[in-house]
Amino acid sequence: MIRLEKRPQPSRIWTVATPVLAVALTMVAGGLMFAALGKDPVVAIRTIFWDPLFNEQFASYSRPQLLVKAGPLILIATGLSLGFRAGIWNIGAEGQYIMGALAGAGVALALYPLDAWFLFPLMVLAGALGGWAWAMIPAILKTRFRTNEILVSLLLVYVAEQVLAAMALGLMKNPEGGGFPGSRNLQHYPAAANTELIAGTGMHWGVAAAFIAVIAAYVMLTRHMLGFQIRLAGQSPRAARFAGVNPNALVLICLGLSGALAGLAGMFEVSGPAGRVNIGFNQGYGFTAIIVAFLGRLHPVGILLAGLLMALTYIGGELAQFMLGIPAAAIQAFQGMLLFFLLGVDVLSNYHIRLGRRRVA
Amino acid sequence: MNRRTLLASAAFALGLAGAAAAQDKIKVGFVYVGPIGDGGWTYEHDKGRLAIEAQFGDAVETVYQESVPEGADAERVMTQMALSGADLIFATSFGYMDPVINVAQKFPNVKFEHATGYKRADNVSTYSARFYEGRAVQGLIAGRMTESNIIGYIGAYPIPEVIQGINAAYIHAKQVNPDVQFKIVWAYTWFDPAKEADAATALIEQGADVILQHTDSTAPQAAAERAGNVYTFGQASDMAEYAPKPRISSIIDNWSPYYIDRVQAVIDGTWESTDTWDGIGPGMVEIGEISEAVPAEVKAEAEALIAALASGEYHAFTGPLNRQDGTPWLAEGEVADDATLLGMNFYVEGLTAEVPK
Repeated sequence: MIRLEKRPQPSRIWTVATPVLAVALTMVAGGLMFAALGKDPVVAIRTIFWDPLFNEQFASYSRPQLLVKAGPLILIATGLSLGFRAGIWNIGAEGQYIMGALAGAGVALALYPLDAWFLFPLMVLAGALGGWAWAMIPAILKTRFRTNEILVSLLLVYVAEQVLAAMALGLMKNPEGGGFPGSRNLQHYPAAANTELIAGTGMHWGVAAAFIAVIAAYVMLTRHMLGFQIRLAGQSPRAARFAGVNPNALVLICLGLSGALAGLAGMFEVSGPAGRVNIGFNQGYGFTAIIVAFLGRLHPVGILLAGLLMALTYIGGELAQFMLGIPAAAIQAFQGMLLFFLLGVDVLSNYHIRLGRRRVA
Repeated sequence: MNRRTLLASAAFALGLAGAAAAQDKIKVGFVYVGPIGDGGWTYEHDKGRLAIEAQFGDAVETVYQESVPEGADAERVMTQMALSGADLIFATSFGYMDPVINVAQKFPNVKFEHATGYKRADNVSTYSARFYEGRAVQGLIAGRMTESNIIGYIGAYPIPEVIQGINAAYIHAKQVNPDVQFKIVWAYTWFDPAKEADAATALIEQGADVILQHTDSTAPQAAAERAGNVYTFGQASDMAEYAPKPRISSIIDNWSPYYIDRVQAVIDGTWESTDTWDGIGPGMVEIGEISEAVPAEVKAEAEALIAALASGEYHAFTGPLNRQDGTPWLAEGEVADDATLLGMNFYVEGLTAEVPK
């Protein structure tokens, strides 16, 4: 008989050890799957986890790419985690990401070919505002009419996708693009381009912003009154009310912050790695970031590590696909296993496992 | 310069030491927008890859990556392929255009082939098929087969390649059936079975009894089969598992001869940047078997059109044709030039929908 006994406090040791255990379990289960597909499991696991970081042929390219891939995930997830901690569920970061990108790119395209130092800062501001404004819709609907922010923010993603398509086909279409959808490539517009801060490192402004957001969130949650209110509202809404937390203000702040950060991520992506506003510009960062936020235990440092780990499985997964011919679906299943084990072994930090029958006292 | 030094200099250009272990095999990479099991577009490109393996055996190694989003991810995938020592990379979707050009700049000694795009460089070729010739044949059959006189069309993105297809199908449907109407739904995806099935169902509910698709999965075929009495055409691949009904014919993209030619050119050292746009004549576009659900006289009519397109005696865009707004486009007997077709962003007269703006 195996019994679970709830721990009074989550185990500190297991909280740190479970992610490592989960990665190890994933390697075993994933290795079995790869073996069943007729691939060498050791080589496959090495290709996914080791080659992007240390293979001399790829690493100098893929290490910076880890940051490029992880940057938007960390930036969005950090914002989301604040709301999630307070029990405010912004599921629509993908839409805020799109609107931030459109607002940021819109500024650049409207002022093209202006070459001024203030253009990029203006785009950053517009990107944050775009995401913030899109998140204000579910926020205001929730505070005024008590609508469910999960549904409203999620459905607004699809609205944002339609706006994106309309922009790519109409207003923002490249006038020199021969009638094809898609805007000018901002990578070729130096004043608006989000280039690498140090060449060859992958470190662009969006990655820098992600690191700053992580530090700011950490400081806020541990040292600031607002952080205390967020944590309190999540743990005990009633106690929070007695402590003078205004729930409506908290909704506006949390949705606004997460929207602004998602908008920033979109803006840095469209002016950097993606380059242009186009249909299908959004690749699900806003949804993946939800997973990253929970994977990181809603803790800023955890999110930083979780974002890097997700990016590693993406990039290593790509390498495994074309180096070893592993199907894309198997890589997705592998990523799924990682999430499954990470959440599954959580039971160890919250419960004691007792073997044997319960003794009658 | 032999390949070893080529690779070494490519690596050097990126400031990488010791990249790409030297090898004597030619390495060919493929970047796919959907899964190889999509039964349509990507499936046919992958058949081309397998044809290369069958033709060259041990002299060539092929690698591929499925379901690569169009954008920053594609750039990374191609860079990693180039770093892994690929000599030739086929990028098989329109949206890979800017990434191909970016990566090609970084790897001047790797050859790139971009399907359906229009940007070239010294080491970037473009290639596409005149799918619109096949659409003309589908239009004719559809115009004859429809009883509701409503033909549904699932478009992927409103880009010239797709608009050519809609126009060609409409012109030839209208020629045999003046009452025909087209209803067009934009899926904004190349491959998404759920969205494609929704689009097909919506069109069927609006009365369409023939569905043409410019998306890659077999989901519209399945939706038509469920609805009964709706005809469809295989897209990019034969989709013969849905024959004889709902699938009554198909456009098959046959990339194998082109792919084998290009790999041979790399082996021979004669590869250079080219722009290829072949149709039914050279065999890049094939029309899948017209099934027994189609009456014999319609089949004969369609086969005559196929023969005329193949021999070049007839062009799918032959005047008199007006633009949708009524302004003249092609005079009597005049045929469309390639430049207009490649930038086509307007419908012909008679279509009631609007090109999305």
